[in-house]
Amino acid sequence: MTAEQEFDFIRDSLDHCVKCTICETACPVAAVTPLFPGPKYVGPQAERFRGAGQSVDASLDYCSSCGICTLACPQGVHVAEINSRARAVMKQQHGMPLRDQLIARPPLQGKLGTPVAPVANFVLSNRLARLVAEKTLGIHRNAPVPKFAGRTFRSWARRQPAPASAGTRRVAYFHGCSTNYFEPGLGRKAVAVLAHNGCQVVLPRQGCCGLPLQSNGIFDAARGYVRRLVAGLAPYAKQGYTIVATSTSCGLMLKREAREILGVEDDDLRAVSSQTYDICEFLAGLAEAGELQTDFRPVPLTVTYHAPCQQQGHNIGKPALDLLALVPQLKVIELDRTCCGIAGTYGLKREKYDIAMQVGSGLFGDIRAARPDLAVCDSETCRWQITHGTGRTSVHPVEILHRAYGLG
Amino acid sequence: MEEGRHANIRLDAVAATAPIECEVLVIGGGSTGVGVARDAAMRGLSTVLVERGDLATGTTGRFHGLLHSGGRYAVKDPQAARECIAENIVLRRIAADCIEDTGGLFVTTPIDDPGYADRFVAGCTDTGVPVEEIGVAEALRREPRLNRRITRALVVPDATIDAWKTVWTCARSAAEYGARILPYHEVTAVTRAGDQVTGVVARNQGGETVEIRAQVTVNASGAWAGLLAAMAGCRVQISPGKGIMLATNHRLVQTVVNRCDMPADGDILVPVRTVSVIGTTDTLVSDPDDWAVTRAEIDQMLQAGENLVPGFAGSRVLRLWGGVRPLFQDHAPQESRDVTRAHAVLDHRARDGVAGLLTITGGKFCTFRLMAQDAVDAVCAVLGTTRPCRTADEPLPDSEDRHYYVLGSRLAGRERTLLDEQVICECELVRRGRLTDEMARRPAPSLDDLRRAVRLGMGPCQGGFCMYRAAGILHQTKHLSAAEADRALLAFLEERWKGYYPLLHGDQLRQAWLDDWIFQGVLDAGHLPLRAPARRPDTETAQST
Ligand SMILES: Cc1cc2nc3c(=O)[nH]c(=O)nc-3n(C[C@H](O)[C@H](O)[C@H](O)COP(=O)(O)OP(=O)(O)OC[C@H]3O[C@@H](n4cnc5c(N)ncnc54)[C@H](O)[C@@H]3O)c2cc1C
Repeated sequence: MTAEQEFDFIRDSLDHCVKCTICETACPVAAVTPLFPGPKYVGPQAERFRGAGQSVDASLDYCSSCGICTLACPQGVHVAEINSRARAVMKQQHGMPLRDQLIARPPLQGKLGTPVAPVANFVLSNRLARLVAEKTLGIHRNAPVPKFAGRTFRSWARRQPAPASAGTRRVAYFHGCSTNYFEPGLGRKAVAVLAHNGCQVVLPRQGCCGLPLQSNGIFDAARGYVRRLVAGLAPYAKQGYTIVATSTSCGLMLKREAREILGVEDDDLRAVSSQTYDICEFLAGLAEAGELQTDFRPVPLTVTYHAPCQQQGHNIGKPALDLLALVPQLKVIELDRTCCGIAGTYGLKREKYDIAMQVGSGLFGDIRAARPDLAVCDSETCRWQITHGTGRTSVHPVEILHRAYGLG
Repeated sequence: MEEGRHANIRLDAVAATAPIECEVLVIGGGSTGVGVARDAAMRGLSTVLVERGDLATGTTGRFHGLLHSGGRYAVKDPQAARECIAENIVLRRIAADCIEDTGGLFVTTPIDDPGYADRFVAGCTDTGVPVEEIGVAEALRREPRLNRRITRALVVPDATIDAWKTVWTCARSAAEYGARILPYHEVTAVTRAGDQVTGVVARNQGGETVEIRAQVTVNASGAWAGLLAAMAGCRVQISPGKGIMLATNHRLVQTVVNRCDMPADGDILVPVRTVSVIGTTDTLVSDPDDWAVTRAEIDQMLQAGENLVPGFAGSRVLRLWGGVRPLFQDHAPQESRDVTRAHAVLDHRARDGVAGLLTITGGKFCTFRLMAQDAVDAVCAVLGTTRPCRTADEPLPDSEDRHYYVLGSRLAGRERTLLDEQVICECELVRRGRLTDEMARRPAPSLDDLRRAVRLGMGPCQGGFCMYRAAGILHQTKHLSAAEADRALLAFLEERWKGYYPLLHGDQLRQAWLDDWIFQGVLDAGHLPLRAPARRPDTETAQST
């Protein structure tokens, strides 16, 4: 299938819409603000009025791209994908704010911030500086921005002897930008957990997957990013390596969105897509085959688990729950909320921060009520948002496994 | 940018007790008749128009939507081609708001005669139709869904034109110039005094009889012109040529796409507002009111679409309709497509020895203004006056600024009222205010009239979600009693079903099921109280005490 046909496949899915409105009732954004006319409206309905000329419906930018509409649609309409593409046309025609350009490029932030981490972090936590950033850039003063780790995951890994492992499973670890610049600890733990499970882990050269660019409607640049990333990963995929991702949304980019939303279609991407696994999906697969190490020590904690929207987009259920269930004495409270509100970079924006906080308020309330020791969640930006909204520390499921294995 | 003022006239409701007197009486409220009424009124003639149904419910409201460049007739019917391109230019000038400037492509598909393209270019050049060849790759870039096996692509200034909007703005302009526009007045007899036609007798919606006396009567009743002429004892030979069309759920192409070959069935795919329309066929029928669509014709259209846009046959089809061409010919034709598309003004004094009656027939939608001009020139000749025609220069209402209609206009308009106003028809984005304005203009609006006027219920759900809302609003705004609103709803559902059930499969069948659950399951439409409840005396006493 060519990219063009794939594009049409997304638009053509609007033919399946019977107007049932289920997506509208599932949409977390439409539920809290009238500024967003809702997924049915901006998706299958408005799409019939697009295609011949100017983009005229700026309200679609209030879509957070969480993708819940697509998941909720019982007829198979690719609602979120239709919206994303319409947003890209809008940005192309009407230009995009510098802010969107900036927050959509984690490698750029990483390269600028990492060497001067203390200063950068000071600035990021300084009220006055944040006020200036809000006024000049439109990044909300209270929005949860991560702290630079100072030392990147890769620079740590370079000095590291290859983790000893007896096993023969070959894994190429796709750590993503956030692990590299903001949460290198997660990367270290992921590598250790994989090695503990008999994986030979390699670190292919890799950059940003382009997801933040895509969700900000900057498609051309996003395609450039993802193509470069895929070019780096493809040789491993073709040699039979399994590509394992700890960033669930970036993994989804490789699996589905590069093709369905950006319309990238080539052999490299196909090879990479078919070999990419979310880390919990991968480990749960081992567990199912009876090949997961189960030497877990008791972890006497209470944790909540929130499956982020992008994780749900994988259509793999909630493998993290299966894994956490194996840990003795761990009490896991599954939260039945759809979205924390942040949706990548959405909740950072001045005009959307309040909406994002309202979207997340149900989740925050549940977490506070559960009084967990830790709030577990697969996606980095959601973790930051959860911590911002609840004051609780939020970790990736793999960090719990790492602790249960007693690896450090 | 938002359209919508085009139906801005109040329509006459009341039956005239005394006969209506006028200089010019026009029979038929299609593009031709309304064009004649506007032209005559602009020339200062007192004018009345009668139409048996709502305006544009004959062939005009059932056409393919194409503002021809003339390309289609360039080889076969050069006279029609010349008229088309001349009027194409005029209509772009005076009716921009009714036109979307889509452009047109003639493409040589695998089933077309490869030699036709050269004859086509020569024909266009001869008849003055601008034509430009582009590379196949460029054509596919513009229209990615086109059949990749096309071998040539020629660009012509085809466009699409909205019949309802054109007719309604013409009628509004005519009314502004003093014409009386009387929809729902069916001519039942043509009156004569000796060899002179003196007017007509018409029956209105309430079943009352209205007499209209005119110095000149213009028969602009399209495919029905033979029947009307016969009422005056005259003979006009019309060969009604039936054509059918199918509309897809959304646009598959943004340009009018024609097969580059001699005109044939299903050879044009037209982007009409939110949908793509494939058409058409051409079969002689004996009665313009009596024709049906067969399953074979539907399959034929789906296959024809497949040739232009691979995958077409699998796309969601919303509805199906047919129209009857008023093809004029003095001798019985063999083959409907062989009849000329050019028009004729017939003076029945010369033909049948009956004075005061003219028939204007043949032609096309896109030549309606020229047809009207010729007809009113003839009217003036009968009345012994010469008055210049100004319709080629004076824009229609709402088209003064010469901005073409664009597909996104309703979406843009909606964006401005997003927070303040309810959408009644979600598919076609009809705002509540737009609907209630339209209701206020009409004495007794039917849901079907509203459908045509504002495109209510024209989208994917085919009224499933908006018609019960509209019926409720009609009642709430005191246009209809509860029982009348119920009846209106049922009448609409039955009417829609006709254009719907022969095609039901796939997505549209699923939609029909959901709609059926809404109407039968939730609203119990099968058991609506269609009669006003009898007053119960006891409750009345209770209230009065
Ligand atoms: C399938 C098809 C596709 C077409 N596509 C195109 C196209 O793409 N482009 C184009 O330019 N042309 C097209 N045409 C041609 C075009 O539609 C017609 O030529 C044009 O609409 C005719 O308009 P009219 O006013 O003469 O007839 P009509 O619109 O039929 O008007 C005649 C009116 O007279 C009324 N009437 C009849 N009897 C009475 C009575 N007793 N009393 C009162 N009123 C009466 C009827 O109700 C009707 O409304 C197409 C035609 C067909 C059939």
